[in-house]
Amino acid sequence: MAATPTTVPTSAGPSRPAPAGYWQRLRGGDEAAYIITFMAAASILAITAMLVLELYANSAASRGKFGWNFLFTSTWDPVNDQFGALPFIYGTVVTSFLALLLGIPLGVGAAIFLAELAPPKISDGLTFLIELLAAVPSVIYGLLGVFVLIPILRSIEPTLKAVLGWTPFFTGPFYGVSLFSAGVVLAVMIIPFIISISREVILSVPNDQREAALALGATRWESTWDIVVPYAKKGIMGSIFLALARSLGETMAVTMVVGNDPKIKASLLAPGYSIAAVIANEFTEATGQMYTSALIELGLVLFALTIVINGMARLMIIGADKYKA
Amino acid sequence: MTDLHTLRRKTVNVVMLTVTGLCTLFAAGTLVYILGYLFVHGATSLTWAFFTKLPTPVGESGGGMANAIVGSGKLLLLASLFGIPIGFLGGVYLAEFGGTTFSYIIRYVTDLLNGVPSIVIGIFAYTLIVLPQKHFSTLAGGLALGVMMIPIAVRSTEEFLRAVPNSLREGAMALGASKAKSILTVVIPAAKNGIMTGIMLNVARVAGETAPLLFTSFGNRYWSSGWDQPISALPVMIFTYAIAPYEDWHKQAWAAGFVLLSLVLTVNIIARAVLSSKKHVAR
Amino acid sequence: MDATKPVAGGAVRKLSATDLNFYYGDFQALKNISMEIFANQVTAFIGPSGCGKSTFLRTLNRMNETVRNSRVEGKIMLDDVNILEQEVAYVRRRVGMVFQRSNPFPKSIFDNIAYGPRINGTVANRAALREKVEQSLRRAALWDEVKDKLNQSAYGLSGGQQQRLCIARALAVDPEVLLLDEPCSALDPIATAKIEDLIFQLKSSCTIVIVTHNMQQAARVADNTGFFLLGHLIEFDNTAVIFKNPAKKETEDYVTGRFG
Repeated sequence: MAATPTTVPTSAGPSRPAPAGYWQRLRGGDEAAYIITFMAAASILAITAMLVLELYANSAASRGKFGWNFLFTSTWDPVNDQFGALPFIYGTVVTSFLALLLGIPLGVGAAIFLAELAPPKISDGLTFLIELLAAVPSVIYGLLGVFVLIPILRSIEPTLKAVLGWTPFFTGPFYGVSLFSAGVVLAVMIIPFIISISREVILSVPNDQREAALALGATRWESTWDIVVPYAKKGIMGSIFLALARSLGETMAVTMVVGNDPKIKASLLAPGYSIAAVIANEFTEATGQMYTSALIELGLVLFALTIVINGMARLMIIGADKYKA
Repeated sequence: MTDLHTLRRKTVNVVMLTVTGLCTLFAAGTLVYILGYLFVHGATSLTWAFFTKLPTPVGESGGGMANAIVGSGKLLLLASLFGIPIGFLGGVYLAEFGGTTFSYIIRYVTDLLNGVPSIVIGIFAYTLIVLPQKHFSTLAGGLALGVMMIPIAVRSTEEFLRAVPNSLREGAMALGASKAKSILTVVIPAAKNGIMTGIMLNVARVAGETAPLLFTSFGNRYWSSGWDQPISALPVMIFTYAIAPYEDWHKQAWAAGFVLLSLVLTVNIIARAVLSSKKHVAR
Repeated sequence: MDATKPVAGGAVRKLSATDLNFYYGDFQALKNISMEIFANQVTAFIGPSGCGKSTFLRTLNRMNETVRNSRVEGKIMLDDVNILEQEVAYVRRRVGMVFQRSNPFPKSIFDNIAYGPRINGTVANRAALREKVEQSLRRAALWDEVKDKLNQSAYGLSGGQQQRLCIARALAVDPEVLLLDEPCSALDPIATAKIEDLIFQLKSSCTIVIVTHNMQQAARVADNTGFFLLGHLIEFDNTAVIFKNPAKKETEDYVTGRFG
C-alpha cells in the first residue's frame, strides 16, 4: 500500500448511523417509561373499580334484605336489625340545602366584590386569606363548631324563634346540636370554594363585555350584575354544585354538631343525622353482619350521590369554558 | 330620564358595593377569627407534656399526644409511599403520553376518585384490609390516606408538566435525547417546583383527614410498633377529646388543633409563595 | 368661544377638546390636543400604531377612566357642557361607542338592543321599547336581516352582522355622537363596505367620529381628518386637504406611505 496521504471520500458525507432498532429504543427507555407510567395510570382505574366493587359486595346482605325500600324507610333499629336510610338522606339533604342557602349569597357576593369591584391588591390579599380557609381540616371546623358556634347559636335562639318561630322550621327545644348548627358550619366550609371558583370564572369574562355595557351608560354594578355575572353563570353554577358535592360528604364537622339523632323532624332546631355522620359514629360499634352491611350500603348511597352531583358540576364548568363567542 | 332615576341607580351602585364588600369581609374575617381563637385557646394550652407524653387514663391530667404526633407521621409516610408514586407516574402518563381515549378515561376516573367522600374511602380500606385481617392497623389507615392522595398528585403533576413549554421537549429531542430521557432530564426538572409544592400541599391536606382513619387505624392510647397495630393520629385525637366531657381533654384538643392547623397553614403559605414567585418555568 | 355659533361653512361645533393631556401613570399618552368636531359630519383620526388616536377617542366618552392610574387634564366640551364635570353615565348616553371587535352580550338580538334603553330608563313601556329596537335596527341597516329572529342569540349572526348589531345597540339610546374605534378591522371587505354605507346614512342624524388605520377608508368616509403622531395632533383639516395638500411634512410622509 502506497502511503499516499490523500484520501478520496467514498461516500457523499460522514457515515450515517444505523436506524434505531428495538434494542436501541429500549435502551433509550421509551418503552419502559411508557409501560411504567401506563401501569400507574391503569392502577388508578383498578383501585377505583375495586372501591366500587367492595362497596357493592359488602353491602350485599342489607341490599338483599331491604331492596330499594332501604332508601325510603325511616327506621334505624340495630337491635332488631331493621335499617332504613331515610333519616340520614333527609339530614344530609337538609344540612346541605341550608349550607347552600347561607353560602351562595355570601360566596357569590364576595366573589363579585373580589373579581369586579375591589382594587387588585386588596382583591389578591383577601382572596389569599379566603383560599387558605379551604385548607382548614374538617375536624377543626368541628372543634370550633362545638365550642364557639353552638354557644353563639344558643344565645341567638330566642331571636331566631321570635323572628322565624311561626314557621315549622324553628320550633321545639334547642340543645345546641341540631341540623341548623350543622348547616351553618357547612356553609362556612363551602364558602371558600364558591368564592375561589366563581371569582376565577368572573375574572375570565372578556373585558369587551364590560366595556360595551359601560359605554351604554351602565353603572359599575349594572355592568357587573346585568352582563358579567350572567356571562359567568355556568361557571358559578358549577362552583355551587361542587360545593354541594363537598358538603354532602362532609363528616367530622357535621358529626360534632348535628346531634346524631336518626329521626326526621320538621324543625331545624332539632338534632338530626347525616349519612357520613352515622357511618363515622356507628361503624366501629356495628355488631353483626347486617348492621355493618347497612352502614356500607349507606356509603354506597353517598358515593352515588356525590358522583352524580360532581358529574353535573363538571358539565357546567366545562360548558363555561367552551362559551360561544 | 329623570334625576330620581339616576339617583336610584347611583344608590344601588353604592349599596351593592357595600353589601358585596361585607360578604367578603365575613369570609376573610372567618379565617382570621378561626386562627385567632385557635391561637388563644390552643397556644395557651400547649405544654411540653403535650409533645412528649402519652395519653393518661381518663380523669388523670398531665397526658399528652406524643403517640398521636408520631402516629400521624407514620400514617403520612405510608400514605405518601403509596399514593405519590402512583399519582406522579399517572400524571406523567397523562401529560406526556396522553391524547388517547384511554387517557380521557383515566382523567375522568381520577376526577371521580377525587370526589369520593373520605369516609367512603375509609370503608374501602376497611373492607380491603381490616376485614380480612380482623384487626385495625396502620397499614389500613395509610392505604386509605394514600388512595386520597392519588387524584391530587395526578392532577397537579399533569398540570405542572403541561405548563412546561413544548419547545423544551423538542429542544431536548432534537439533540438526540429519547422521549423518556427528555422527560426525565428536562421536562420534570423544569416542573419540579410545582410538583414539589404539589406534593407538600397534598400531604398537608391529608394530614388533617379524620374520617377515613376512624375505622382503619382506629386509634391507640399507647405506642404502636410496626404497621400491623392500630395507631393514634392527631386529627382523630382532636375529635375524640373534643366530644368527651373532660375539661382537660378539651384543652388538649385545642392544643392539638393549634398544632395541626399551624402545620397545615404553614405548608399552604409556603407552597403559595413558591408557586407565585416562580410563575415562569425555568428557561 | 360661543359653542353654538356656526363656524366657516355653516358647520356647527359639536364636540371640542381644549389643551387635552392624558396620562397612563407617568406616561403621557396625549399631549395638548385641541380640536373641534362638527355636528353631522364624519371626522376620522388616522396615524400609526400607538399614536394616541384611540386613546383620544376614548376620552370623548370617558371610557379611558376604566384604566387605573389614568389622569386627564384639560377640557372637553359637548355643546356647552364640559363632559369631564358631568355624571359619566349621562355623558355616555349622549356619546356612544362601537368597538374594534364586535362584543354582543350573550342575550337575544332584541335584548342586546333593549339593554341601553332599559337601564337608562329612556322608554316608557314595552311597546315603546319594541319600537325603539326596530328603529335602531333599521338605522343600522340590519332590520330586514334579523326581523324574524329577534329572540335568537346574537351569536348566531355573522361577524359583519354582529358589528352592525353593536352599532344598533349604541344607537338605541339616541346618542348625539357616535364614536367608532376601528369598527371594520375585523371584517371582510364586503362587510366593511356595508358599514361605510351605514356611516354615510347615519351622519345626517348623528355626529360620527371614527378611528381607522386604513387611510383609504378615511379618504372614503370622512369629511374631516386628524393626523396623530406620538400623542400629538399634528394636523386637522378637511379630508381632501390632508390627503392632497397637507401642511405638515409628517402628515405628508404618512399619507404618501413613506412610513407607517
